[in-house]
This record gives sequence, C-alpha cells and structure tokens, in this order.
Amino acid sequence: MSQKNRLGTGGRIDRTTPLKFQYNGKTYTGFQGDTLASAILANGIDVVGRSFKYSRPRGVVAAGAEEPNAVLQLGATEETQVPNVRATQQELFDGLTSQAVNGWPNVDNDMMSWVGKLGGKMMPPGFYYKTFMYPKSLWDTYESMIRKAAGLGRSPLENDPDTYDKVNQHCDVLVVGAGPAGLAAALTAARSGARVILADEQSEFGGSLLSSKELLDGKPATSWVKSAVDELAGCADVLLLPRATVNGYHDHNFLTIHERLTDHLADKAPVGMVRQRLHRVRAKWVVLATGAHERPLVFSNNDVPGCMIASAVSTYINRYGVVPGSELVLMTTNDYGYQAALDWHDAQRKVVAIVDTRQNPQGARVEQARKRGLNVITGSAVIEVQGSKRVSGVSVATIDAAGNKVTGAVNRLNADTVASSGGWSPVIHLSSHTGSRPVWDDKVVGFVPGPTVQKQLTAGGINGKYSINEALSEGVLAGLNALAKLDLPATEVVLPSAADMVEEASMTLFQIPHLLPTSKAPKQFVDYQTDVTAAGIEVACREGFESIEHVKRYTAMGFGTDQGKLGNINGMAVAAKALNKTIPETGTTIFRPNYTPVTFGAMVGRDCGELFDPKRYTAMHKWHVEHGAKFEDVGQWKRGWYYPKPGESMQECLDRECKATRDSVGILDASTLGKIDIQGADAREFLGRIYTNAWAKLAVGKCRYGLMCGEDGMVFDDGVTSCLGDNHFLMTTTTGGAPRVLEWLELWHQTEWPELDVYFNTVTDHWSTLTISGPNSRKLLSELTDFDLSNENFSFMDVHQCTVAGVPARVFRISFTGELSYEINVQANYGMHVWEKLFEHGKQFNLTPYGTETMHVLRAEKGFIIAGQDTDGSVHPHDLGMSWCVSDQKPFSYVGKRGMARQDCMRENRKQLVGLKTKEPKVVIPEGSQAVFDPNEPIPMTMVGHITSSYYSANLGHSIAMGVIKGGLSRMGETVYYPQADGRVIEAEICSLVFLDPKGERQNV
Amino acid sequence: MQRYSGFGLLKHSLTHHENWQRVWRNPTPKKEYDVIIIGGGGHGLATAYYLAKEHGITNVAVIEKGYLGGGNTARNTTIVRSNYLWDESAHLYEHAMKLWEGLSQDLNYNVMFSQRGVLNLGHTLQDMRDIQRRVSANRLNGIDGEVLDPQQIKEIVPHMDCSDNTRYPIMGASWQPRGGVARHDAVAWGFARGADAYGVDMLQETEVVDLVIEDGAIVGVKTNKYGVIKAGRVGSVVAGNSGVIAKMAGFDLPIESHPLQAMVSEPIKPILDTVVMSNHVHGYVSQSDKGDLVIGAGIDGWNGYGQRGSFPTIEHTMQAIVELFPIFSRVRLNRQWGGIVDTCPDACPIISKTPVENLFFNCGWGTGGFKATPGSGHVFAASLATGEMHPMAKPFSMFRFHDGALIDEHGAAGVAH
Repeated sequence: MSQKNRLGTGGRIDRTTPLKFQYNGKTYTGFQGDTLASAILANGIDVVGRSFKYSRPRGVVAAGAEEPNAVLQLGATEETQVPNVRATQQELFDGLTSQAVNGWPNVDNDMMSWVGKLGGKMMPPGFYYKTFMYPKSLWDTYESMIRKAAGLGRSPLENDPDTYDKVNQHCDVLVVGAGPAGLAAALTAARSGARVILADEQSEFGGSLLSSKELLDGKPATSWVKSAVDELAGCADVLLLPRATVNGYHDHNFLTIHERLTDHLADKAPVGMVRQRLHRVRAKWVVLATGAHERPLVFSNNDVPGCMIASAVSTYINRYGVVPGSELVLMTTNDYGYQAALDWHDAQRKVVAIVDTRQNPQGARVEQARKRGLNVITGSAVIEVQGSKRVSGVSVATIDAAGNKVTGAVNRLNADTVASSGGWSPVIHLSSHTGSRPVWDDKVVGFVPGPTVQKQLTAGGINGKYSINEALSEGVLAGLNALAKLDLPATEVVLPSAADMVEEASMTLFQIPHLLPTSKAPKQFVDYQTDVTAAGIEVACREGFESIEHVKRYTAMGFGTDQGKLGNINGMAVAAKALNKTIPETGTTIFRPNYTPVTFGAMVGRDCGELFDPKRYTAMHKWHVEHGAKFEDVGQWKRGWYYPKPGESMQECLDRECKATRDSVGILDASTLGKIDIQGADAREFLGRIYTNAWAKLAVGKCRYGLMCGEDGMVFDDGVTSCLGDNHFLMTTTTGGAPRVLEWLELWHQTEWPELDVYFNTVTDHWSTLTISGPNSRKLLSELTDFDLSNENFSFMDVHQCTVAGVPARVFRISFTGELSYEINVQANYGMHVWEKLFEHGKQFNLTPYGTETMHVLRAEKGFIIAGQDTDGSVHPHDLGMSWCVSDQKPFSYVGKRGMARQDCMRENRKQLVGLKTKEPKVVIPEGSQAVFDPNEPIPMTMVGHITSSYYSANLGHSIAMGVIKGGLSRMGETVYYPQADGRVIEAEICSLVFLDPKGERQNV
Repeated sequence: MQRYSGFGLLKHSLTHHENWQRVWRNPTPKKEYDVIIIGGGGHGLATAYYLAKEHGITNVAVIEKGYLGGGNTARNTTIVRSNYLWDESAHLYEHAMKLWEGLSQDLNYNVMFSQRGVLNLGHTLQDMRDIQRRVSANRLNGIDGEVLDPQQIKEIVPHMDCSDNTRYPIMGASWQPRGGVARHDAVAWGFARGADAYGVDMLQETEVVDLVIEDGAIVGVKTNKYGVIKAGRVGSVVAGNSGVIAKMAGFDLPIESHPLQAMVSEPIKPILDTVVMSNHVHGYVSQSDKGDLVIGAGIDGWNGYGQRGSFPTIEHTMQAIVELFPIFSRVRLNRQWGGIVDTCPDACPIISKTPVENLFFNCGWGTGGFKATPGSGHVFAASLATGEMHPMAKPFSMFRFHDGALIDEHGAAGVAH
C-alpha cells in the first residue's frame, strides 16, 4: 500500500530504510524514524480506536505523551504482547505487529457503537450509580455486562521472555527534557564540570526543535541541537539518556527514570540486552525543562478522526514528512496555532480556512498567513464538526469577544482535518508529584509549578515561556542557578538566538459556544479516552459535585492512560464556568506518578522469580538434597522438612525418624537458628532487661532458656542464650525471628538504653549447627572428640569449647527433644566435614537425619513451645504455663513486665496452653481447629481456644496436640470439642503438655 | 430525595439531564446541632446517615476540611471481606458485610458492591496453620470461608502462578466467596446523599480548628469558617488525623499515622475475577470494572501526614504482584498514590468514649477501614444516639490499651504490617 500522506521530501525519517509493519492484520510500510502513529497517518488510516463508553471512532490527535486515542496492542507473539502502547511514542521497527484494542467485529465497524448511539443519552456521568440496582439479584448479571466493556488492551498470557534492570545514579544536576531549555541547562552545567544526567522521553534530543522551522543564528535549529548533543556527549561526567522518561519525582530529590532500551528494535529484546531499565536517581538539583502540551479546543464532535491539535499537525509534517489530510481548517485562540496552517500550506495541501477566535489578530504569524493568501476568518469559531469516521466538514460561526456565544450565521466548509489550538499547558506533573501545589498564571493561561521544598529549578515551557529564545535563556539561567547552589564555578555560555516575532496575546478560551446549550449540543469532548464531555461536567456540577476532585471522580476525567494531559485544564475550565468560579478557585487535581505508564517489569527489575527473595542454604544443604530431603521455607531459609526413603509416605517417614531418635540417635541441621553475638560490660544487664527471666547469675560456660516479650507482655521470641565469658553471650533465636530480634535489641539499645555498654552482631551464617539427639548421642560424639563428655564434666545446659572431628567447636548440651542432646557448632566452612564424619561414625548407631517436622513432633511430645506457632501475639508467659521463666525480682524492669501486669492479662480464664489427647487415639486434630465446650450450640458458637500444634506420635502410639483453652490449666481432664468443616466433631481431653518423660530424666543422663 | 432508577435515567435523557437534583445541599450551618461529626469520609457520612435513619436524629452536621469522601475513602483498594479471626472483629466486620449486601438498595445508590470473592494465599506451613485457624473460627462464627488447595485456587485464578517453581510456592488459601470490592467513591456519595435527604448538613471545606470543652464535657467545635458551632455530642472520625483532634481534646491515642500506598495499572481486558491477597509475598490485587489492576501492599515504615510514600515500598509491592502473576510483567503501572492510615498497636480500630464527656472517637482502622464503612457508621451512630457504646463497639474501647484487653488481628490482617 502506498503512503498516500507521505511527502516526497523533508522530515527526519530515512526514506531509504522502509519498514514493514502490521496494523489490524494488514501490512503497511513506513520508514526508519517514524513513530507507529506517523506511519499510520502516512498510510491514510483514520480510525485507530473506539471510545470507552460510546464506542465512537477515534483517530490520532497528538504526537506525543498526551495522545489519548492511539492506544494499541503490540506484539507478534503471545509472550511479547504489550497492551496500551501509545502509537505516538512507539518507534516503528520492521515487523512491528499492532492492533486496535476495541471494536467488534473490528475497529472500523464496531457494533457496540450502536449501543453508544442509541443508549449514549442514557449514559451521563455516574449513570451506573443510578441504575442496575433492581432487582438486587440481577447485579451480578449487570456487572458482567459492564465488565465486558472494560479495558483497553490485553495482558499477555505467557511469561515475559525479557529481563529488566535497575541502576542507581547520583548526579549534581538532573535535567528533565532535552528541548531548547533542557539542552541549554545541561550545557551550562556540564561545561562547568558538574555531573549531569539529561533524560528525554523521545528517541532523539531536541524536543520541539525537531519539528520547528525556526532558524537559530540563521541555521536550522536541529544543527544547533546536534552540536549541543555532540558537546554533551564529549563531557566525561554527562550521562545522556534518550528514550528515558522521568516518570516519578519523590521526596528528597529522588527520581525514577524509565529507559526503554530495545522497544524501538523489536518485540523482544535482542539476545544479551535488557528490554528496559529503571534508573533510581538521587539528584542534588533537578532542572525541569519538560515543556508544555498544547490544548485542543472543546467543540461539538471534536473527536471525529481528523480532529487534531495544531502542533501535532506541524510535527507530523515537519518531523515525519506526513500530512495527515488534504483539506485543513485550523481553529486557534493564539498566534502559535497558525504554524500548523503555514506548514500545511507549505506542504502543498489546501488550507480551507484559519478560524481565529480573536476579533482582530495581527501578530507576525497571522500576517505570514495572510501574505500567503490563506483565508483567515477572525472573531469566529468552528462550532461543530461533521463526519463520523473522518471529518467531512465544519460549521463556522462568529462568536462574541468573550467567546461565550455564537453571534452570527453558520457557514459550512468542507474539510477533512480540523486542527485546533487553545494555547498551551505547562507540563507540571513532576513538580506536582512531590506534593507541590501548582498555581494558576493568568498570563500563561495555565498552571505553573508552585512553591516546592525540593531542590528543583524550572526552565522554558513549564514556566509558560514558549519562544525559543526564552526557553534557551531560561535554560542557561537554570543551569547557572544550579551551579551557584552547588558552589561550582560557572563558565560563560553563549547561545544562538532565533528571530524575534511579534506575538499577540492569546484569547482565554476553552470551550467553543454552540447554537444550542451544551446539554443539547452534539457532544463536546473534554477527555477523549474516558469519554468525558462538557455536558457531562455540567451535569456533575449541577448535581453538586463541585470540588474539582469530585468532578474528576464522578466523570472519570483524567483517569485514562494519558492521565488527562490533554483534557484536564479544559475540564477545569468547563467546571469553573458551570460553577461560576474562576479556574484557580476551582483548583486542580493532583498529578501522581507515573508521568507515563511504566511496565511492571521495569519496576521489578531482577527481583522476581529466583531472585524475588534470597534463598538461604546451610552448609549441609547439598547433602540434604542428595539424601532426598523435602524442604520447608522458614524465613528465607530452606530447611530440611523430612527425609523420606523411596516409597515412604510422609507419616511413615516421620514415624521412622521419631523412633530412631528416641531409640538411638538422630541428627538435625539446626544451622538456621538465629545467632546473635552479644558483648560488652553491660551485656548481662541488657539480657536481663530484654528477657523475662533472670540472667544476673548465669555462670560462664552455662546456657539458659529465655523468653522475650513485647511491651504488651506477649511472647515475641525465645531461645537459649549462653554465657561464653563474663562480657560475652551468644543468643539464639527462632529461625524466622532472627532479623526481627536483632532489630529489637538494637531498637531498645539505641533508643531507650544507649548508656549500656553492649554490642550486637549477627553470626547466624558464621556457624553450622549440628544437633545430635538421642540416647546414643554421647557415644557418637565421643568417637569424634577427646573431650570428657561425662555427665559430671559436661552436664546439661553446659557449653564447652573443644575439638570435634578435628576442627574447633562450641558444643552446647541443650535439648529441644528431651533426649540427651548436643548442639555442635563449628565454623560454617567445616559444617559439611563434621556432618559427614558424624555419619561415618554414626552408622553403628543407625544415625538418622531428621527435619523440622520430626523436630516439631519430638518437642511436642515434651510440651516445648515454638514461638510463632504456639504463640500468636496474644499469649504471655503465664498463659503458656511458663511462669517459671518470668522473674519479678530483677532490680531494673524488663520489657513486657508492665504489659503483663495489666488487668486483662491478670484475669482468670485467659486462654492457656495445654495438652490435648483425642478420644480416638489415631485421630489427629487439624492444626488451627477451634475448640468449643458445647458441640451442640448453634452457630455462632462460643469458641474457647484452638489447636496450635498437632501430630501423630509414633513413640507414644497416639496423637498428641497442643492448644489454648480458656482457663485450660484448671480444666485438666475435661473434654473439649473441635467441630470440623466436613461435619466431624473431634473430641479431646485436656491434659498436661508433657506427654513423655514428665520428670525430664532422659536429657539428664 | 429524587429516586434513582433506569427509568429515571431514560426520563432525564429526554430533558438532556438538565433536571437532576443536587445530591446534597451546600447548607449554611446552624448555630447548634444535636450531633456534630468531624470528618466527612465514608465512616463519618455513614454515621450521619444511620443517626438519621435508625435513630431519627437529623439535627446533625458533618464537618469536612476538604471534600466529602476525599481521604482514605477515595484512596483505598476497595476490598470488602469479613473473615477476621477474633470474635470481636469478626462480628463487627460481618455486621458490615451484611449491611454491604443491601447497601445499594438501602441508599438507592449503586455502590457496585461486587461479591467476587477474596483469596488469602498461604505460602508456608505456618501460613496454612493460620489459614486453617481463621477459617475454622469464621465458620463457627457463621462467616463463609473455605480452605482451598492449589488446584482449587488455580480454577478460580487460572492466570496466577500456582506452580512449585516460584520462590514461595502457593500452598493453599482461605476463600471467602462473599468478599469482594465496591466502588469506593460511590459509598461516600451514597451515604452523603442519603444523610442529606434526612436533613443532615454537610459542611465541606470547613476545618475544625479547636474543640470547645467545658467542665470536662464537649459543647461544640470551633471551625475556621463559621466560628464556634455548638453540639450536644461530637464524634471524631478523621482517620490519619485522629491524633490531631485528640490533642485538641487533651489526651493521647496509641495511634501511628503512616502513609499507605496503592496503585493501578492501565486498564486491560478482564483477566482477574477475584481479589487475591498474599500476606507472605506481601501484596494484593484485584481488577476493577474499568479494567485497572488495583494493587496495594503494606504501610511505609515512618510516620507522616504526606499523602505519598516511598518508592522502595512500591517496588516491593510490584515484585510481589509479578511473583504471583509473572504474565503481568509487560502490563504497565498507570498511577500510584498514598493515603494516611491510623494504625493501632493491635491492628484493630478504636470506637470509643473518651476522657471528654460527649466526645466519641471512631478511628484506628489502619489499613482496613473501607470494608467496615457501613458497620462502623452503624454502631457508631447507635453509640452517639444513646450515649452508650453499641455492644459490638464496646470491645474496641480506647481504654483497652490500659487494661490490656487487646484484639490482636495482626495475624489475620490481609497483609501483615
């Protein structure tokens, strides 16, 4: 197909490199340098989408980030699908595959448009709040219909093949936007040696200069752009980031830049490249040179394809060599708008008329137009457009000087393109992200950045300074200001200048009057993507939605993927008029990040999949894998869960592991338990304050179990802490709780007791912990050490330094199984060696590896708690029957003492941890089951506790459970019931927590 | 009040929608009200509505420093569920759930309450124990709930990665079919419209700058616009700013105000039909009727009143979402924002009398207040009407932090904070 709208010459495209692309299943050709939108326009495609609510045909309106309509689905394969790509920002590449996102059977002929045409009148803003309520039962049906209309593009259904990166950056000056102001600011800063980052969302630097015909010092503006970019590229400390959108401005001058590295090359990043990169920038100073977006005017049927903003028309002609139509009518409130008509005329196409809303314009561009013989109609406006899938004509009428009403007869003109310019809106989004409220400037006829606490400077269009000369000089000034703030010497910067043009004031006009009142006139669109009309805004105001935030939320104005870049100011103006207020009185909504949408992938970077969260392995992990272990995630650790033999069920495996340990000896890799090294003259005192029990008298070489509570007196963590020296302790914590506990210790030390001389250091990873447990553990250990392991020399709760399997070790005689038990700690590097040695010598004792599940069963047989499983933040030590672990004799208080002493914590009948034995010995009560005293009570039932731990004990030959029961400690022997979801009711007897060896003799042998 | 219906829409379309009535008036305040509610968010407006409707107290003003429903009502991720662990909170949220189920009809305003179900995922053995425990409690409390295995989850959310190949494979979930989402703005507007119809005055852009307290009892509030307005009783429902009002009243609250962020993707075609929450990988997501993926996670760590948060929290949230739904990697995030949540030490609200007579507080809803809106308003209205706390509100007294009768819902919160 030929590119019927392509000019023979001109533009920044490479006509020698044609590119094939697909749109809606047909193949077209564009050129290197095109955007998808310019290629679509070059090929004469009018309809690129359907509107959200009314399914009206829509065409390309703009040429940049503000485009609301040309939102397409990209991707040749399932895995490379990208929804909602703005065609104006997507560079064309060979093989690009695109589709319109709405329309059935297709975007050109959409059956849904009949719903829009016939039912549109019944769809004022918020209509869904007023209907679909009756009958109530039909809401699900209504909603599924509403939902059918939802969404623009679609998510891929296969996983993304590409990778994304993140990089942290620091700079003296981050310049946002590489138009004339940004380039000038960057040059000024860079020449003085500042570290500069210059980022621009477009593929090339130059901004508006890329589509400008103005001359700088008599030469095309783009030649200055080239020399400026070349100079910047030669500076050592300058980072140039094209295709990089600064999309968020956060507190403390932290900004994020979304750089698209390969989106212009292919669907899928070429091998070895990442698709996109997110720069996380901390900038000493930021220069916002983000320019401005042109505002379209609001008039009837202003959404018919062929209606565009004037500057976009110029951009397509000058930058892409594309004239998006044959016969142009331009409507403008200002001198700038004329450029579109001049460019159109210069491209040898017909300018039907220039319709200027001002009564008597005489600026330089106006005169240029007149000189070229163009038909300039003043004091008039295009009040309505004709056409459906393409503009076919316009109605022009004279209007009064204020622009409030039509004053004369209506003339019809034939045209296929209507360009409109209502002035410009500064791009203040980034400045607003930080909470700075923009302020209205009557001269600019727009919001400009308000006061800010950030280290932020602004230059050019964002300040409403639109001429090239102003932009350049503001850029230099911003650069100099930044240098001064940074205390860097400035170098003189001489910049070229453009010819001055006599420019007249623009007219403050947003909505064009119609012969009919707004409510009756054909639709006048304010926000194209969300189908918000001027009449809709009036309805909202009439109904009392007077705050601009209410207007926005009620009409959905600005909620589209363009975030109202094109429509918001017009909407505020329409609302202001309806409310009889000024625009500043009406106020503005808050722009939020992102400036333009950012892929999830770029936000995530590499931190997903395998790298979502680090996996922590013990030194013996490989052994566990080789021996068929199943693993359990505990915190970040992969812990061995159980070690099934071929053909063994989980329960069979646990039974075997449990019995082997109690009968002979088992081994557990306990390396994951948190270990915190605590040193200092006040270490002992600190422990006494943080644990509930006493630590003053713990002798060197002894270990003690401790409970830790929150301020509320509820158990928070537990573990054994050993005294290695008078000023030196080793604390162990639960596996998952280790980081939390270290933070907790630091918090109390740093904020409450900084006077204590104590230091904490995590040593979890430094040590491998090999726990051997069972009656034969002493025999086994004695094979690997010369140390005297006799009960007299190495008694229960001792720690000794000795040599095990030839390496230095700390051995703790502590027990979580109730058996004779040794925890052998060796430097992690030696862990595997010692582990293997133990197995070498353990064969004779049937040394059996066991995992966390068997550990749980064995400790439950003894009634030992697991913090976090048997406790839940509502249980204090007394509730656990662990009053023995609370000392009220300590001279200083301890964390949780006051909390525990509160009235509710002292009351009778609190939930207390007890043992539970099922009436049916083989039945294991599901963990989490809620307990009731009366199984026949109707729902809602009175719950009196729940099961915290529950297992089948092979050693005991029946199931065992731990759980809390209201007043449980004084209800021994009573029966409780556990109703199950499947209708069963499990009956259990309250008993002691200690199911095995109540006197604790086995660990003391 | 003008009734809304499909027929009404048709009728008004014939007159070009020029005759719609105002949804609420812009009243001039009276000198004195029976009850003044500080804060025109969802909870405050619901309180006003139920005061008028259930208790016939219509001489009521709602004083809002910004616009109605502009605080957390306008900023939350709209999730509604009642599968709380402890009896006290389960009853309160289930009370709200039952009101939700008839709210559109009661208000004659479609709040688009959509019971598309809520999944709370478990990724560890302890997660699964907690899920079993919560579902068991829910069922015995008469609240719908089921424990699902990964296969059943996959049937409900076919596009989620339920495989074993993830960092934290999904082991199961709790499922509350009656849970879902609602259109958050509509909730505020519906209650405001309903209250207005009963004669409640809504004073927008009016800030309470001080309380008028005489002999230990509140007798009015001082506003920036209208000076002192007298009141028999005052209810403060100001979420993140509760500490500010408490300070005016001369007492402290055990509340921390934190930024909580939320975000939405660009609208995409429907792909996710339920609410998916994961405590462990720490994020949650649903899809709105417009097609946006609505995403949230945990609070930002520091205290503050700025309605925006930090980027690392956003990054972490997005990591969680892509971990659950790797296919969303190429979908784009459109917008992110923040609200200020008032968090209590036990993750439960305060609905309470205060040391100042006739001054009542409703706050501390933390990250989960939206779902309670009708229930919260309903019980608070009853308390303000009678001067005695509604039985369901009683356990949520602010004095529980003195006596220790906390209701610790940390374990049951959708996302642990």
